[in-house]
Amino acid sequence: MHRIKDCVNLYAHYVSLNLRSAMQHKASFFLQIAGQLLTSMTTFLGITFMFMRFEQVGGYTYADILVCYSIVLLQFSLAEMFVRGFDAFSSLVRKGEFDRVLVRPRSPILQVLGARFEFTRVGRLLQALIVFSYGVRASGVEWTPVRVLTLISMLLGGILLFAGLYLMYASFCFFTLEGLEFMNIFTDGAKEYGKYPVDVYGERMKKFATFVIPYALVQYYPLQLLLGRSDCWYCMLYPLGAVVFLAACYAFWRFGVRHYTSSGS
Amino acid sequence: MIEMQHIRKTYRVMRRSAGFKEACRQLFRREHDEIRALDDVSFAIGDGEIVSYMGPNGAGKSSTIKILSGILTPDSGHCVIDGLVPWKDRMKHVARIGVVFGQRSQLWWDIPVIDSFELLRDIYRVDQRRYEQNLDELTALLQLEELLRTPTRQLSLGQRMRCEIAASLIHNPRILFLDEPTIGLDAVSKLAVRDFVKKQNREHGTTVILTTHDMQDIAALAERVILIGRGRILLDGTLDDICREGGSGDLEQAAAGLYRKLDIA
Repeated sequence: MHRIKDCVNLYAHYVSLNLRSAMQHKASFFLQIAGQLLTSMTTFLGITFMFMRFEQVGGYTYADILVCYSIVLLQFSLAEMFVRGFDAFSSLVRKGEFDRVLVRPRSPILQVLGARFEFTRVGRLLQALIVFSYGVRASGVEWTPVRVLTLISMLLGGILLFAGLYLMYASFCFFTLEGLEFMNIFTDGAKEYGKYPVDVYGERMKKFATFVIPYALVQYYPLQLLLGRSDCWYCMLYPLGAVVFLAACYAFWRFGVRHYTSSGS
Repeated sequence: MIEMQHIRKTYRVMRRSAGFKEACRQLFRREHDEIRALDDVSFAIGDGEIVSYMGPNGAGKSSTIKILSGILTPDSGHCVIDGLVPWKDRMKHVARIGVVFGQRSQLWWDIPVIDSFELLRDIYRVDQRRYEQNLDELTALLQLEELLRTPTRQLSLGQRMRCEIAASLIHNPRILFLDEPTIGLDAVSKLAVRDFVKKQNREHGTTVILTTHDMQDIAALAERVILIGRGRILLDGTLDDICREGGSGDLEQAAAGLYRKLDIA
């Protein structure tokens, strides 16, 4: 317990240094936050326009999709807020600056995440919260205790899943030295495509999202319970499967750290 | 206290000829060469020694430092520092060492130096009283008074290096690794750095291991010199040994003569 508090304090210290750094460049700081607020509103409008033409998509109504999208967007934005520090990881490894991380007696993950904390993400998180609060109310879902628990479980599972993806993305850098751009399909892409439940994309996609990268566990299955399309109360436990995925990604990360060969002098 | 026995480390390096066609071929078939960075390196360093580690570029100096500081895992061989194996007990080991990479900064670029120091205090879990004590002492010895409130990006190279060295000593390390600490510094800053390192060694008994190309650094600091070339230890002795073997009273000449004689230049 004491150790966790110690880590949280250190992370908070990193965040505060990042804030002090960011505020050195005032204009850019505010402009970026404002800019971020506007960007994914467009996805939201996209859904609205879609449903002005069609009544249903894959058996889901406008209200259903609204719930789905607002949850996925919030999962993604929360994860991004804390874990996106891995974005610049390839340059950290390529320039050999990961050396510095390794000569300090603290968790490398904590140091990497702390070193890059971009406040522009606050804008995106705010926007996710706005969409979410609108979606939750407009959906007409009746919020029973079971459904509230399901929702919390989805959010937690989603954060863990995206965290695992970012960790996996970073671990690849130990072997390729370059960031693998295609990995974005699984993170930013998942946010875009995740606005519709995975079964909309067909049976194969559902299998992939269940057994390979378990998006369906934090989205499709618990969503059925949330929307009253199924009575499987245990679906609310599915998102916890993301823990297994994260553990696998962490093992891969550990393997990568041992494989790290540094660079230059 | 530092013991290295039969350490070996090889890297795989990619090779290709110039030209676009070759670059394309490279996409599909890669050719690797094995480079022996360290080939059966053994030495022992006692408590409170200052040792210069010298050799031409690419001789294996940085690889040795990286193994000693727990960043790299060697292919084979034993290394024990104060009862710990650096790459196995990395977290415990790095809490007791300080590392200065002359070419890479550990200070936050946009914020005053003192902010970086406070982060290091939390990273190394130094308690407030000892932190203030150390800071006062370092400030007096390295004349940091006015620098502490300045953002790192506005410091000159010499000023920055003084801050870098102070930063690596905040937690009273028992061993200090200096990787080219005087590179690019003017005469006054070089003298300041040398004086300080000597004093730190004398008054705190800190063991210092230093890599440098500056023969004056070696003359001013080290009683003992270890010469490495092509991954092998070629000479372990005093400055006089270097001069005798190199066949010149002038250190610079002697080093060059020695490199040529041993065919490691």
